[in-house]
Order: sequence, then structure tokens, then C-alpha cells
Amino acid sequence: MDIVVCVKQVPGTTSVEVDPITGVLKREGIESKMNPYDLFALETALQIKEQKGGSVTSITMGPPQAGEVIHETFYMGADNGYVLTDRKFAGADVVATSYTLSQGIEKIANYDLIICGKQTTDGDTAQVGPEVAEYLGIPHVANVGKILEIEDDEITVQMNMEETLEIQKVKLPCLITVEKDIFTPRLPSYRRKIESKDKKPNFLSLSDFADKNEKNYGLNGSPTKVERIFPPDTGKEKIMFEGTGDELADKIFSLIKDKKFI
Amino acid sequence: MLKINQEKLTEQIKKDLISLCPFGAFVEGKDGLEISAACKMCKMCVRRGPEGVVEFIEEKRETVDKSQWKGLTVYVDHIEGKIHPVTLELIGKAKELAKVTGHPVQALFIGSGVSLQAEELLYYGVDEVFVYDYKELEHFVIEPYTNVFEDYINKVKPSAILVGATNVGRSLAPRTAARFRTGLTADCTVLEMRENTDLVQIRPAFGGNIMAQIVTTNHRPQFCTVRYKIFSAPEKAREAQGKITRMEINFDKLASKIKVLDITKKKLEADISEADVIIAAGRGVKTEKDMEMIYELADLLGARTACTRPLIEAGWFDPRLQIGLSGRTVKPKLIITVGISGSVQFAAGMQNADMIIAINSDPNAAIFNIAHYGLVGDLYEIVPALIEKIKTVQIQGQAV
Repeated sequence: MDIVVCVKQVPGTTSVEVDPITGVLKREGIESKMNPYDLFALETALQIKEQKGGSVTSITMGPPQAGEVIHETFYMGADNGYVLTDRKFAGADVVATSYTLSQGIEKIANYDLIICGKQTTDGDTAQVGPEVAEYLGIPHVANVGKILEIEDDEITVQMNMEETLEIQKVKLPCLITVEKDIFTPRLPSYRRKIESKDKKPNFLSLSDFADKNEKNYGLNGSPTKVERIFPPDTGKEKIMFEGTGDELADKIFSLIKDKKFI
Repeated sequence: MLKINQEKLTEQIKKDLISLCPFGAFVEGKDGLEISAACKMCKMCVRRGPEGVVEFIEEKRETVDKSQWKGLTVYVDHIEGKIHPVTLELIGKAKELAKVTGHPVQALFIGSGVSLQAEELLYYGVDEVFVYDYKELEHFVIEPYTNVFEDYINKVKPSAILVGATNVGRSLAPRTAARFRTGLTADCTVLEMRENTDLVQIRPAFGGNIMAQIVTTNHRPQFCTVRYKIFSAPEKAREAQGKITRMEINFDKLASKIKVLDITKKKLEADISEADVIIAAGRGVKTEKDMEMIYELADLLGARTACTRPLIEAGWFDPRLQIGLSGRTVKPKLIITVGISGSVQFAAGMQNADMIIAINSDPNAAIFNIAHYGLVGDLYEIVPALIEKIKTVQIQGQAV
């Protein structure tokens, strides 16, 4: 079973703010890490490989530095890794990102299964997985909480819906997005780190893709446009209280008593 | 695209630009300063950098004929015909938005044996409900549902489509939007309509304390998803109005590579998104044992307990009890936040509560920006004192 795992490098913290006066984005320390939800996707792939053999390939789109997350996937056990990087990919929204990933995946390998994390911590949209599946023309199942059975041409998974658990059997190749806690991610291994120290991510750019039309990538290929960014509205009227613990408890007490919560 | 006028660069300007970019996208390359793929096109360097050094060059795009796309469509989210309430909230919002453009409000109902439920929507002010009622559509399976959605869009050509950000919506909307290569904005918290039919979509972005205003100016339809309990449902009218239109689709479009083998109901404790009163705990609560006083307070008020992401990560809570963008959205009558600093992620999940009381020791905590009542103090003093007071009146109440 050949598996592709989509990963993303995200900011290490979420302490991003807009200066309310200048409108300038402030990002404290641009440290970055692998999107935590992707660890579950990678672990799922490694578990399947241990059971069924085959290979695990990680893929990401980003600046050349995003190679760091591909190295991280090596330390956990990925066999190959790809970074899709090109200035022409800059400013990509979900559609352009998904299309770029699908072009990259088509270029790199035969695959039976593609696994994505549930969402990223910086975008939080959970949209890229389904859109990649659409561009590859394969079925997808989102919110997978359990892998129940893996056959040569089919996979049976449990989908975690709001009120129900659904078991679906899907023909391969397909794409799944996995819930956090589907498996506990392993820690990067020191041994593998040493072993994979000469292993390098492969870099692909637009010129490597089947579709070389610039209009389909980056800002040009993005139907959505961010018009402006601004700090959240804090215009709500509010009443502040200070005092001792007892005085403050009194305040809350009378507030909720007035509104008949007691 | 962005163009750097290399001749205007000095060492100082280079340094300034490198530190100005919030995404670290400027790199020194062989031909001088370059912009890497880390660029998010926020154009900060154009607006805030030294004038004329970095320029934004708008490329000509083909434009869509917006007059060909008419109507605001709400996707009817349902489980086996039971309509999810987010649907009604979106209908309410669509009606508001439609006033600007005079477009009709439509509902798209995909399922099996759902004609009766479709009638129900006519009491909420929908002009037309389009129903695809086929046995094959009994369960949500991605390919046939996407095919039906595609068929609907090709036939009806709605200008904007609102989808509930449920598990189904978050899978179906992106798949369909991708098929049309059009924009989809997830988890919008504010929607406004322009006279030219562009839908203004606002959502928290970059995982931080930032809102982004997003538009899809050159593509139709415009897609967005909205969480449950962000908008308000309209009152049910006494009389139905509008009409129901049955739609047909070729059977081969209903085929799928996915088979549904089994569906079981989850054993769920009452969902926090339905709770009227919530006590939410955050990192200010130091140990898991201290949670006991939070539970006690919740019991006394008949409230549900909920929490922020760090407490889920600490393993103190069931993940279903997390409020925020990556958790649940709640809209209780009362929420008391205890030791929560109030990230935008969290606030997005609860700021529509009718009454927000926040307890935090830091007077500058962001939570006080959205709270109706802010109490600056030590939760370890306030909560026990409050518990005592409530107990006292409850005992007195029983005595009387």
C-alpha cells in the first residue's frame, strides 16, 4: 500500500496580532512546527504500512524552509518527502493550494491512499483534503476516527459525525482526513534521525507539473481575495469590576440573580 | 503580483523590509532581495514599506457575468430528514442579505423521502425549495451528493451558497466549490451583501487575533460555511409561502465508490452547543483537582461545563466540551468564563452568548473585550465565595 500524507508547516504560536493603530501584523517569533493534526495523519499512514507494507511519502507546499517538516516526517518513519515550492505559488487560497498539491501528488507517485489531518491550526478551514480529492478525481471520507479494515482495493473506515458513527467502505485510491486521536503519534526517533541524516526532501516547482499554466496557481489561481485584515471588534459595552474575592462574588451573584439564573 | 524595484534598495531598506514582513518571505537571493513562497500577499510591504520599493501589480482576470447568477441558496443540512437548526439560521441570514440585491432565497434539499420536511421550510420565508429526492441519496455519500449539488448549480445558477459548517457541510462544500473552481470561505462569523452581489465574508484568520474580510469577486457561485449558533433563526410564520420544485438527475450521477455499511447513534451527553448556561474553564485553573469547584458551581446553576483548547490538550476534558473554532460554537443565555484569557479562537465559539461574565486576574486579558461583565480578580477567591452564596440562598429557599 503506497500512502501519501499531506503536511503543513504552521507558526509555532498563535500570538499573532494586528496593531490597532497602524494595522500592521505583529508576529512574535516566527518559529514554526508541523501542524499538530498532521501527526495523526502521518501516524495512521505508518501504522497501515507496518501492517500492509508499502511506502509512506510526505508532501507539503510552502517556502523552501518547509523542508524542515519533511525532515520531521523522516524522523518519524516516512520513506520519501516532497516540497512543492515556487514563488508562483505565493498567496494561494484553498482552491489554489489544493490544486497545487494535487498536481504535486500526480507528479510524484502511484498512490493507493492519501491521508490528511483534520485541519490546520493556522487556517482552521478543514477544506484542503476534500478539494485535493476532487482535483484528483477520487472519493474522500472526512472525519475518519478509525480504520477498520484494509484490503487490496478497498478500505473500511469509521466516520465520526456529530450524532452518529458511520462505517463506510471505500474503493481505493481514495483520500481520508483523520480525526485527532485516531492513533497516538510516535515520537521522532533518535535512531531514525541519525539514519535519515543524508535523506533530503525532493523539491518540485511549477515547471515539474503537468499543468504549467501560471493562472492556476498562487494569487492568480485563487478565487478568494482578502480585502483587509483588522483586529476583532471590541466595541461591545462592558462593565468592569475590581475588588476582593468576596465583593466580586457578590457582584456575580446579584447579576445572575437579577437575570433569574438562581 | 509583487515587484521589487531593486534599484531603490539600500541595505537599510532591505533590513526594514525583512523585519516588516510578518511571514518572513523576504530572502536575499543572487539577484538581490527576493520574495519566497512564504508570501501570503498581505501587501504589508507595499502599504507599510518605503514608498515605491515594493509594488503590487494587478493582473487582468477574466470577469464573470454576475447578472447571470441570481439567488441565495441555503444547503439544507439534515440527518435522515431531520433538519439541522443551522439551516434555519442561514435562511434567516440569507433573507437579510437578499434585501440588498432583491435576489430570491432558495433552499437545496438533498435526501430520500424528504418532501414532507421540505414543506416545513416554507414557514421560514424561503422563496423556493429545490428537492432532489432519491433512494440513493438516503445517506450522505460524497460523490452523489457533490454531483447533485453540481447539477443544481448548473440549472439554477445561484449567486451565493450558504452551508452549515457541520461535518457534512465541511466535506460537501469544499468538494463542490473545488469542482467549480470557486471561492469558499470557512466558518464565517459576519456576512454582508454588496449591491453588485459580492458577498463580504468575515472570519478569524491566521490562527490569531485577526479578522479577515474576504470576497470572491470574479467567480460564481460564492460559497461560505457558517457554524451553528452564529446567526439567529427567523420566527416560524403562521402560513407557508413560496414553492417546492422537484428536481431530476440522471441515475448514473448517483453511483458511488463508497458503500455505507452501518450507522449507529453515538452515546452523547447532552451537547454543549444546546446548553443554556455554561461555566467554561481555562488555563487559569491550575490543577485538575481544582476543577472540582468548577463542577460544583456548574451543578448549583444547572450549567454545563466546557473549556478551552489547552485543557483538552492536558486531557482534563472530553474534546467535545471544547469551545472555539476547533471545538464547538455555543450560544447560551449565560456563560461564565473562569481563568480564560480569551483568544480569538475561543471567542469565535462563544461571543454570541446573551450574557458573558468573565473572571480573570489579568486586567488586560482579551476576554474582557468581549465580556459584558468583567471581574478582575483571583478565581480561587471568587469561585468558592460564589458557591457559598448560592448554597446559602438555596438552603434558605428550601427552608421557606
